[in-house]
Formats: sequence, structure tokens, C-alpha cells
Amino acid sequence: MELACQISGIVKSFGPNQVLKEVDLELPSGTTTVLMGANGAGKSTLVKILCGVHNADAGNVTLFGENFSPASPSDAFQSGVVTVHQTINNGVIPDLDVASNLMIDRLAESSAGFFLRTEKLRSEARKVAATMDLDLDITAAVKDLGLADRQMIAIARAMTRKPKLLILDEPTSSLSANEAKRLFKLLANLKEQGVAILYISHRMSDIRAIADRIVTMRDGKISGIFDGPSLDYEGAVTAMLGQKMVHGKLQLQEKGTPIFELRDAKLSKYSNPFDLVFYKNEIIAITGLLGSGKTAIASAIFGLNPLFGGDMLLHGEPYNPKSPADAISKGIFMCPKDRSTNAVVSDFDITNNMVLPFLDRHSWFSFLKPKNLERKANVSISELGIVCQSELDLVTTLSGGNQQKVMIGRWLSEKSEVLLLDEPFQGVDIKARRDIGSQIRQSSKDRATLVFVAELDEAVEIADKIVVLHEGSYSGIFENKENNIADILSLYSGKPSETLAEARGSLNG
Amino acid sequence: MNMRSFAIRYGFLLLLLGLVLFFSIVAEGFAGPRSAVFIFQSVSITGILALGVTATLVVDGFDLSIGSVATTALMLSAYVMVVLEMSAFTAIIACLIMGAFVGLVNGLLIVKARVPDLLATLGMMFLLIGLQRIPTEGRSISTGMKLPSGETAEGVYSQSFLWLGRHRLDFFLENLIPIPVIIFLLVGVFIWLFLELTRHGRLMYAIGSNETATALAGANVNKYKILAYVISGITASIGGILLSARLGRGDIASGNNLLLDSVAAALIGFAVLGAAKPNAFGTAIGALFVGVLLQGLTMMNAPYYTQDFVKGSVLVIALIFTFALSSKGRKTSH
Repeated sequence: MELACQISGIVKSFGPNQVLKEVDLELPSGTTTVLMGANGAGKSTLVKILCGVHNADAGNVTLFGENFSPASPSDAFQSGVVTVHQTINNGVIPDLDVASNLMIDRLAESSAGFFLRTEKLRSEARKVAATMDLDLDITAAVKDLGLADRQMIAIARAMTRKPKLLILDEPTSSLSANEAKRLFKLLANLKEQGVAILYISHRMSDIRAIADRIVTMRDGKISGIFDGPSLDYEGAVTAMLGQKMVHGKLQLQEKGTPIFELRDAKLSKYSNPFDLVFYKNEIIAITGLLGSGKTAIASAIFGLNPLFGGDMLLHGEPYNPKSPADAISKGIFMCPKDRSTNAVVSDFDITNNMVLPFLDRHSWFSFLKPKNLERKANVSISELGIVCQSELDLVTTLSGGNQQKVMIGRWLSEKSEVLLLDEPFQGVDIKARRDIGSQIRQSSKDRATLVFVAELDEAVEIADKIVVLHEGSYSGIFENKENNIADILSLYSGKPSETLAEARGSLNG
Repeated sequence: MNMRSFAIRYGFLLLLLGLVLFFSIVAEGFAGPRSAVFIFQSVSITGILALGVTATLVVDGFDLSIGSVATTALMLSAYVMVVLEMSAFTAIIACLIMGAFVGLVNGLLIVKARVPDLLATLGMMFLLIGLQRIPTEGRSISTGMKLPSGETAEGVYSQSFLWLGRHRLDFFLENLIPIPVIIFLLVGVFIWLFLELTRHGRLMYAIGSNETATALAGANVNKYKILAYVISGITASIGGILLSARLGRGDIASGNNLLLDSVAAALIGFAVLGAAKPNAFGTAIGALFVGVLLQGLTMMNAPYYTQDFVKGSVLVIALIFTFALSSKGRKTSH
């Protein structure tokens, strides 16, 4: 089979941070290669190099035997490398109609005429829509369409560019099952025409449906290539998460009295209802791939969005928080994921970032008590080992790991009943990860701690129990013991087994 | 502290000091208590408005309606006393309520109706400029004027109301300090205390820096944003009351420059002490800076029509101080 694209020895650093460490990858024509990798593994950097957003520091890429180093995205797609990015709104222009969106590349060509020829534009757009099975009014404005339609338009637009190598980054994240099927059919057509497809996804159902090969990335390197007539999906997940899933040998905590309960909880229309009880002193990791429903649980408990169905109970009483403020006043804290958008107040120093939710507890008739704030901050700085000059350092002068420690310290500084930590290890180095983990475990007495992590090894590192979610549904709960790891892994990759059916719920008493 | 950070931190204050020294030497009669008080008086009303707009800048908003709130307060106070023949107290209360109400509507437009801040307050500005002309069919209000109904307005500005704009307190010298200056200082201290030392102010700054994070820390972001516009509306109406008390009539043509002058003062304030963010102290200094410059130039016989050019130049230089020189020159949305 002809080799469409050969990537060899690609290295890319951002500052001191080496994101890609000699990546070698071959993409044959007429083949769908699925690329898997956890957050920060380097997938998107690799894609950005292929589509001309970044330049590689070393290594080279060839396209059909010719050297390929695109200077810009338009350069890349003129060479036949077309990318559909994950952020859909980068792929469509909301204020224009569907026809203009589909034909925008044609309009941007320098040979295009000065005046618009609306009828010609529309008839060509209809042709494009027809090849895609797009059943849309092409005169409708894109902003009035749903996410799924926008995604299909972005993909259709990519098709008008006559790709030789098509890169799709999480294309089904907003598509329904039917729309995904339509997309897969289209991809199959393209494959027959000899297009090489690089498909980035976490969704096991997608991967099972379309993958000819699976390539996994971890820490900036290719960690596994799975080929052949029957693909080893579990092996791929293991390779993505890390070669060895070693058990951390934690001293598991003695569970206390029940604090928080989910009853008949449903995360979405299609998910099965489930019950979960969280006990004092316990750390429960809630894990699952992207889009498995972790965020839905966290935001329900913190009062951001109600559960789709079912009840929540705090100390046996019905608990229906109206807002985060309401949740906090009842002792339910949440450290959100994506700290730079959701947590860090970049104009503030460490102290003010730390005490932000609890200013009322440190003020007298609304006047802040600076001494109290300073003391609180210094306690957290020493407990978590935050590397800084003083508590007055601007938070943005700290490294990522230390910023995350400030955010964790924010919620550990006051007593809570239930502490939700959403991706607490996101974007932190190994040292900070250990510090944060051990501080969470040390302080876990008298509260229930829920840690939401996509990566299984993080769950194994910190939790007493591990709950696995899969595509919006609950799949099981396990004690964090070595001999459960295999079962956890297989549920995690979405393959329920018979023995597991029994295991489900057995811990759910 | 290296030269650069010293320049960013104290550059603007030193520039102010230098200006004062320069004018003291060059312009005869510039140095002296009377001249100083005159400067304060000339900036007191714009200063008060600027302090209000500072509150909206803190939550990363903007209030374009302050000028028209002030002129509406001017017309409203005149209408209440001259046409309705009510007391000074009623006039003041009516103006304050009007200011708070306009602020509330601005806040609701922005928070609930999701209209972008500049557009919401621009719309409100237009609305108020039109509204204040309707009761008198576009005429200024003064005692003895003919009303649309054909009657004659018999009411008068009460002495106690005029006192607010015209009285001067003895302070070492007889009749030295005008009441508007005192009110400017009081409003300044109040806004400074509120923004710097209370938890409410701290949360407002947090909202201006990262709204999502502040909401996830449990703060009621919408409430604080609305509060910022209410503060801005109230301070603007105080400015309007003082303008009315100084003029002694509801002059339809007054207060045209209030919006630009006060926004400029607040933005110049970003540069003071290298704050690179809206702050009450900086705003007050910003207002004074413009006042010193204009007073000095006037005493050196610079023609009046150069004033706006001077103000604009100061603003541009201050913005360079804030954004180009300061490394933390943060991105503001406006």
C-alpha cells in the first residue's frame, strides 16, 4: 500500500518543555489510523505540525515521498493535508449561511470573481451537501444550527478541499449516533478513494467502528502501534495510559459513616440509573474517558447543573444546591478542572487566590482582615510545599504545578463535608502531582473526597475506591486493589465482561 | 528595584510633581492655596463621575451613560425645585434614586439581557439625553420660565441646595474650600475603602480578572456586576446635583464634556503607581493631573480650544505607560 505520509524524528519543544520527543509515524493511503493519547501526550501538537500551525524543531515529514513542511494552514491544505479541528467554531463562520460556509475556500481563492454569484454558489454547495448526505437548508445561517450540524458542515467543508490526508480531531464529540454513522460511511468512501485518514478519538465505540490501525501516544512518544486483522483494543488503552499499570500500594482508609448519596441518578437521557454512597474518610476516584459523564456528576453536586434524573442526599437529607455559593455554604467544595479558565485569578497574588471563596470568613463587617489572610496563605504554602518568594507573589509568576497547588490549597484550607477535585493533576509535573496527592490523602479525614480523573493511573495513585463511567453511564465500582486493575481497565475501555456483571453493584451496599 | 520598574511605579506621580514645579516657576500665581483649591474645584465633578466609572471598570465593564445620568440629575433637580416647587431635600433624593435606578437598569441589561456593556450603556446614554428634554420641550429650566402648559414656573432653587455647589469652608484662609471638593474627597475615600479594603471590592476585582473562576468560588457575579453599575449611577447623579447647585439653573447645554473627561481620568488612573488596573486612588490622581495641566496652561495664556487636545495627549501617554511599559499590562476588553 502506498505511503501517504511519513513522519520521522519529529521533535518539538515549547520553552523548556519538550512536547514531542522523536515521533515516528507512517500513514498509509486508504487506511484509517486512529491516534489515541491522554491529555498532554502530544497529539494536538503533532496535528498542529502536520496542518502548518507549528514548525517542528527537528525531524521531517514527507508527503507522497516529497518533503512537506507547511508554513501555514493554507499551505498545508493546498498540499492536500486537511484538518477538522475539535473546536467546531474554528471550522464554521456562524454569521454566514450554509452555502457560503461550504464554499468559503472557493471564495477565498484569488481567481474567484469580484461579485458573488449566489445561484452558482448555491448549486455547487448543494452538490457538496449531497455527497455528504447533508439534509440542510443551505440558505440557513450557521448560527441557527445545532452543534452536530455545524460539525457536519465543518467536515463537509474539509471535503471540498480534496484531501489526500484527512485529519479529524474528536469529530464525533457532538454528533448523535446516527450522524456519527453518516460520518463513518463517508470516511469509508474516502478511504476507498485512497485518502489517508488520521482519526483522533477517545471514544471506544468510534474506534471499534472505523480503526484499521491504532497508534497510541504517551509523553510525547509513540507508545504503541496496533495493526492486523483483529485489533487489541485493551492493549491500546494500556499503551495509552502507560506501559505498566503498577499498583501504588496505598494504605486504604477505614471508611466512616455515609455522608453523601446519589440515588437513581441518571446523567443523560440514555444512561442507566445508578446508586452511589460516599463515606467519611474515603477518597473515591471517578474515572472514565473523555465524555463519560464525570463532569455531569461534579457539576450536579456543586450546584452548577441539576442531575438529569434522580436524587442527591447529604447526611440523609435531600440536597438540591441552587448555586455554587449554596453548595459551599453546605460544606461541598469543588476544585474545577482547567485552572487557567476556571480557577486562577491572574491579577491576584497567592494569598488572594487562596482565600477567594472564603473572604466572608476573614472579614469583619465586610472589611477584610489582612493578617488572617496572610496566615491562611502561609499555612497552605508550607503544607503543600508551594515554591514561591512570599505569599504576595502574583499567582501567574508560579509554575503550572505550583499554581495548581494554590488552587488545591484554596479548597483544603477550610473544612468540607464533600470535596470534589476535578482533574487535580491536570498539567502538573510529577513532583507536584505527588505533593498534591499526599496532601489530599493526609487531609481526607472527616470528609468524602471525590477525585474526577480521566487517567486511570492517577486514580490508582490516590483513591480508596474507583468508580468507572463509560459513555454517560455508570459501569462499576471497585476497591483500589491490585487484582481489580484488570477488570477496571476492561470496563474503562468499554468492554463489559460476564464476571464484571456480578462485580457491579456488589460494593454498592 | 530597577529603573524600569521604578519608572512604571512612580513615573506618573513624578510627572505630576514636575508639572506642578514647572508651572509654579513659570506661571505667576500658580503656586498658592487659592490656585490649588481652584484646581480641585475644577476637577471635583468629573472626579466624582470618574470614581463611579472606576467601579464598573473593576468588574471589566464600562459605563458610557454617566455623563447623561449627571445631566439628567441636573435637569431633574431643577424640575423638582423650580417647576414642582418642592424642597432641596426632595430634589436630592429624587436624583439619587434616579441614578441608582439607571444603574440598576444598566446592570440588568448587561447581566440578564446579555447586552454588551458598551452597547447597553450607550443606549442608555441616548435614552437619557432624549428623556431629559421631554418635560420642558427642550428648554432650560429657570425661575420664571414658561411651561408647556402655558403657566409660569414659580419655584426657586433653595439656598441650601445652592450651598452645596457654591459654599466655601474656612480652612486657614477664609472661604477656602468649596463643598464640591469636600464631597469629591469623601466619595474618593469611600470608593477607595470599598474597593481596596472590603471583601466586596476584592470580589469585584476577581470578577474583572476571571469571571468564571470567581463564580466557581461561590461569588454571586451578577449581583456584583449590577452593584458596580448602581454605584456608577449614584456617583454620576451626585456629580449632576453639584453641577446643578453650581449653575443654579437647569441648563440643557451643560455637562457635554463630563463623559469623556471622567473616562479619561479613570483610564489615566491605570498608570498611577504602576497599578495597570482601575483603582480609586489612581482615578483621583488622574483627574487632578488633567486639572493641574489645564490650570497651568490657562495661566500661561494657552487658548481654551487647545484643552481637549491636551487632555487627549495625556490620556494617550498614560495608556502607553500602562500597556506598553508595564510588563503586566493586562489585556482589557475595551
